[in-house]
Amino acid sequence: MARAAVPGGLSPRLVWRAARLVEFRDETPSARTLVFDVPDWPGHLPGQHVDVRLTAEDGYSTERSYSIATPADGTRVALTVQLVQDGEVSPYLTQTLSVGDVIELRGPVGGWFVWRPADTAPVLLIGGGSGVVPLMAMIRARRAAGSKALFRLIYSARTPEDRYYADELRTRARDDFGLDVSYVYTRKTPEGWPLPPRRLGVADVNNGGWPPDFQPACFVCGPTGFVEAVADILIALGHDARRVKTERFGPSGT
Amino acid sequence: MGGIVSPGFRGRRGVEGGEVRLPPGQYLTEDFPVLTAGPTLRVPTDTWEFVIVTETGEKHRWDWQQLMALPSERPTVDLHCVTKWSKLHTSWQGVSLDVLLEGVDTAADYAMVHSYGGYTTNLPYEDLLHGQAWIAYKFDGEDLTPEHGGPARLLVPHLYLWKSAKWVRGITLTDEDTPGFWESAGYHDYGDPWREQRYQGD
Amino acid sequence: MELFSDDFTDGNALAGPLREIFAVDMTTATGRCAGCGDEGPVAGMKVYAHAPGLVARCPSCQQVLMRLVRGPSSAWLDLRGTMSLRIPMPAE
Ligand SMILES: Cc1cc2nc3c(=O)[nH]c(=O)nc-3n(C[C@H](O)[C@H](O)[C@H](O)COP(=O)(O)OP(=O)(O)OC[C@H]3O[C@@H](n4cnc5c(N)ncnc54)[C@H](O)[C@@H]3O)c2cc1C
Ligand SMILES: [Zn+2]
Repeated sequence: MARAAVPGGLSPRLVWRAARLVEFRDETPSARTLVFDVPDWPGHLPGQHVDVRLTAEDGYSTERSYSIATPADGTRVALTVQLVQDGEVSPYLTQTLSVGDVIELRGPVGGWFVWRPADTAPVLLIGGGSGVVPLMAMIRARRAAGSKALFRLIYSARTPEDRYYADELRTRARDDFGLDVSYVYTRKTPEGWPLPPRRLGVADVNNGGWPPDFQPACFVCGPTGFVEAVADILIALGHDARRVKTERFGPSGT
Repeated sequence: MGGIVSPGFRGRRGVEGGEVRLPPGQYLTEDFPVLTAGPTLRVPTDTWEFVIVTETGEKHRWDWQQLMALPSERPTVDLHCVTKWSKLHTSWQGVSLDVLLEGVDTAADYAMVHSYGGYTTNLPYEDLLHGQAWIAYKFDGEDLTPEHGGPARLLVPHLYLWKSAKWVRGITLTDEDTPGFWESAGYHDYGDPWREQRYQGD
Repeated sequence: MELFSDDFTDGNALAGPLREIFAVDMTTATGRCAGCGDEGPVAGMKVYAHAPGLVARCPSCQQVLMRLVRGPSSAWLDLRGTMSLRIPMPAE
């Protein structure tokens, strides 16, 4: 990881950093990408996350984790946050935070759920709802690094309107050689979709994924219930548990 | 730990504390957050039991029917969680520990509360007595849900809420104080919210 | 006794809180459960965060492997449910 060397060989203690919102973009009616400028950002790997801390005027503060949506890019750090209606932090991030405002974040953290551009094994990405965020960082990093690793993304969303990065994924599925993208809709499908809305099942993983003999690196991310179900499917299909990495976002979301 | 203030951020907190007096460092909440150190347990009442073991090893056991047959009380109390929320005027129904401990012969100074699922918490024996503690099985007139520790939880509202063990199963009376689940990981052995005894050494 | 709830995350979520204490990323360390003997990455533990501290449990047997409490001037780390941790170290 691109961490500044410190005399004595110890990496610097992880500190809260001030992050200024420089731009935002609505991905769906209820999800917003927030781009922060973080001075002295040490860089990160796709799949890593940050902890965000919000503090109220009376000193009350709380923390949440958010995956980084983009590959390392200087002092820019992009997150995509799903609005959870009765949530404490996500309504603030998606509805109140304005350009120029400063929040605190700590990171990058997490060395497990990461894809390294030097890895050549085929990759299977399965995301539910906001779980596509760290997977998108991997897809973007793959192209940025000129990696030839074969990637497949299976993306489960409630409705077509709930897909994050829809235009970009359409373009990349066409232009990024070796990237396939397939969708599963759980509430409403696009016009003329061959299947009714339903939960992601064995057939979707079979069709949109890689056979276990290819020994793909599998990354599964999303709400806890979704990840539980998909991880079970992968193991049942014969994927080695050691190659199935998961990131559960908790009970909220899709 | 004072961080940068995020203008307009209030958190999930209802109305301002205003006139109400809260323990130091607490914030008022209107809803009832669910805190748990593990999976939510569903403990069926037909196999439920509550056992008090004294320092001499004497056991006193109640099953669900026997608990229901005991006289109950309906305390209205304020809850203070060490994670800084307080919820006022909550109404419960349960059996006072005074009733359960009536026939128990003990000279113990401390109590270790045990839950289904393995949770434990310690407190002085005295704090279970004199109308300060209940085995509660109804909240707001309804059966206590598993999320909130049903079928029955300990309710000791004068201490931080982690002492009010969910899915309570028994109490062991001892001569010495042994730290429970959170007390052995930094939290205070007594936990008085008004003296802000959150962590060891507070 | 039935268990139901999806109110947990993976050990990945411990990365920040542990990185505040340790100089290396502890989520890639391999832990052995003192209860059932299973081995796995810290990142694969089940983490319950809606609590006074962070509680990590064994994904196989639910045993509590780690408790992490952060106070204003101390952090407490209880590892008694973990038999051992193998921590990858950056080469000199
Ligand atoms: C490693 C990691 C990465 C993540 N990355 C992303 C990401 O890229 N994008 C994203 O949108 N999210 C991500 N999340 C999820 C994110 O951290 C938050 O959980 C999410 O934004 C909701 O936070 P909130 O404060 O809005 O909601 P909360 O206030 O935390 O509430 C969330 C839900 O839980 C319920 N709830 C609240 N408190 C309790 C309680 N005490 N007990 C039980 N239930 C409760 C609420 O009713 C609500 O339904 C990630 C999580 C992890 C662990
Ligand atoms: Zn185990």
